Amino acid sequence: MTKKQKRVLYRIIIAAVLMAVLHFVPVEGYLRCVLYLIPYFIIGYDILRKAVLGIIHGEIFDENFLMAVATVGAMVLGVYQEASGGEGEFAEGVAVMLFYQIGELFQAVAVGKSRRNIAALMDIRPDYANIEDESGNLEQVDPDEVEVGTVIVVQPGEKVPIDGVVTEGVSSLDTSALTGESVPREVRPGDEVISGCVNHAGLLRIRTTKEFGESTVSKILDLVENSSMKKARTENFITKFARYYTPAVCYSALALALVPSIINLVMGNPANWSTWIFRALTFLVISCPCALVISIPLSFFGGIGGASACGILVKGSNYLEALAETKYVVFDKTGTLTRGVFQVTGLYPAAAFEEKHGGEAQQKLLEYAAYAESYSAHPISRSLKEAYGQEIIKTRVSDVEEISGNGVTAQVDGTVIAAGNARLMKKLGLIHEESTGVGTVVHVAVDREYAGYILISDVVKEQSAGAVEALKAAGVKKTVMLTGDSKAVADHVAAELGLDEVRSELLPGDKVEAVEQLLAAKGAKEKLAFVGDGINDAPVLSRADIGVAMGALGSDAAIEAADIVLMDDNPMKLALAMEISRKCLRIVYENIVFALAVKAVCLILGAVGIANMWLAIFADVGVMVLAVLNAVRCLKVSDRKRHA
Amino acid sequence: MKKTYKIEVDCANCALKMEEAAKKVEGVAEATVSFMAQKMKVEFTEGADDKAVMQNVLKACKKVEDDCEIFLE
Repeated sequence: MTKKQKRVLYRIIIAAVLMAVLHFVPVEGYLRCVLYLIPYFIIGYDILRKAVLGIIHGEIFDENFLMAVATVGAMVLGVYQEASGGEGEFAEGVAVMLFYQIGELFQAVAVGKSRRNIAALMDIRPDYANIEDESGNLEQVDPDEVEVGTVIVVQPGEKVPIDGVVTEGVSSLDTSALTGESVPREVRPGDEVISGCVNHAGLLRIRTTKEFGESTVSKILDLVENSSMKKARTENFITKFARYYTPAVCYSALALALVPSIINLVMGNPANWSTWIFRALTFLVISCPCALVISIPLSFFGGIGGASACGILVKGSNYLEALAETKYVVFDKTGTLTRGVFQVTGLYPAAAFEEKHGGEAQQKLLEYAAYAESYSAHPISRSLKEAYGQEIIKTRVSDVEEISGNGVTAQVDGTVIAAGNARLMKKLGLIHEESTGVGTVVHVAVDREYAGYILISDVVKEQSAGAVEALKAAGVKKTVMLTGDSKAVADHVAAELGLDEVRSELLPGDKVEAVEQLLAAKGAKEKLAFVGDGINDAPVLSRADIGVAMGALGSDAAIEAADIVLMDDNPMKLALAMEISRKCLRIVYENIVFALAVKAVCLILGAVGIANMWLAIFADVGVMVLAVLNAVRCLKVSDRKRHA
Repeated sequence: MKKTYKIEVDCANCALKMEEAAKKVEGVAEATVSFMAQKMKVEFTEGADDKAVMQNVLKACKKVEDDCEIFLE
């Protein structure tokens, strides 16, 4: 609690005690009124002051005004009852003020707490950087003052303060504060490291490549802190609503106070002024719009905070809202649904080769291919070597000859090996098998005889199929994949993942066009999200209703261009983001419906005289407390889901 | 030119009022107040002197909500 909040708390306690005492003090008449005024002013002086100031500045209709009129009215009514010979009721006016302040205090504490929670979740801001002086002593300096190219030292347990490249030391880094991913990342000299990670094991020396202000950690914090500036439609609706609602309620209350009494007078009945004025005052207390005004921004704030704890950065409440209404998800293929790296996905030895080598045929085929290609730096040969997995002994290879655009021939252990595409086999006069799989095919010939082929393709991420399924379950109507790859490859991936539509062989410009076609075809209320790796799809990201960049850790361009940033490259996170947004929106609507419904019912009951002041207090403060408690739920994302 | 200022304000509705008030100040093209982040982002019109404008913004905000505070560096 802040000092201010503590002061309010003391005022509440004093006023409550005084009220309880007064309840038992046997004083009669106007003295009672004067005694009740003591707790009334203790608890409500600031509200009264604000209301008066508001009137002076022409800002009449706000909750201070509502509360001031309602409570002053209740007190005056008490005096009137006293004057007309009855027993005046003063406790209610004080109670309204008291509970109003309790509600306000509760709200302030709850909001402060969730602000701190979110700050803790995003506790990635480094406080200092270590610089080593000539004698080897470490000096702590403000990260802001470290120039690009400085070597900084990060000790175990410390945060990496600035982006850079490791020059010395081996360690594992905990990236969970950035990505929500708990698997540590191994780093060694030459590796790029990103600020915000925590150094687990060894001492690292890092040459900075950016200024602190440009480092990942600063960018992320900026983004999260500014996200609540972009307001959701629902938030704007409430703002507008409050602008008309409060005056409307005040005039209705005035009408309620005057019209029935005047009608009574005209009809020749007793006017019953005090009854109707009391009802009008009850009406005012009920109508306070605080529950909505506070709980809705709080829900969005919580949702965005909860998401950032999972490595999902949402740049504004409006995007969180739009994500919940997403019906079309368009994926880029490479790097998004697939890993974007080539891997050996199949080994198909020819029958003759298999006969010769038996059970080892596959391994032998791979070994020959890997050796033949061992001098090449092409991604294909790299994936062959990776699949082979063993050290290449360079002396086993000789007479390497690269045949541009076709492949390579080489002597391996004195045997002539040819590895390459179909054209190479044709050139050697060999009959090759036709591949049935999808991907790049490397045919291998051993000793001028066809030995079989190896299939290399970009592999689908293991979470992709699950992500597509989860999106469908979350209400997405259509999933579309855009790719520059060939139709055969694209169709194969789409079928494997269960995507609804594929557009293949697209040039980068065609992707924008494809998204525009989809945008034109969808309904006005349906939203379209584009998911890419952010590397060269910035135009598409900005064209879609929601641009989602994936695997963005360390890629400034992606953080810049996208509306939602997934820090790691797990497509499942998109489904999680959607789930968070849907939960958040559900809570927002729950609060709107709940608050308005309770208020509407109480207003009607108040107008006809069934609801008393105590019910009115519940309708105001009680509803607000419940709405705030409900809103705080947005912050929570279960651990199970976070690491799914 | 855009600038972000730290603010202190107690209730969401007051933050809305501050936003409205700040928008009306001369030299302010656009203003957004985030109650949650306790920040005010102001976009100034071309050629406006941000320091002078912010003094007026502060005055305007104090008028609608005298409890509020804007930290002008």
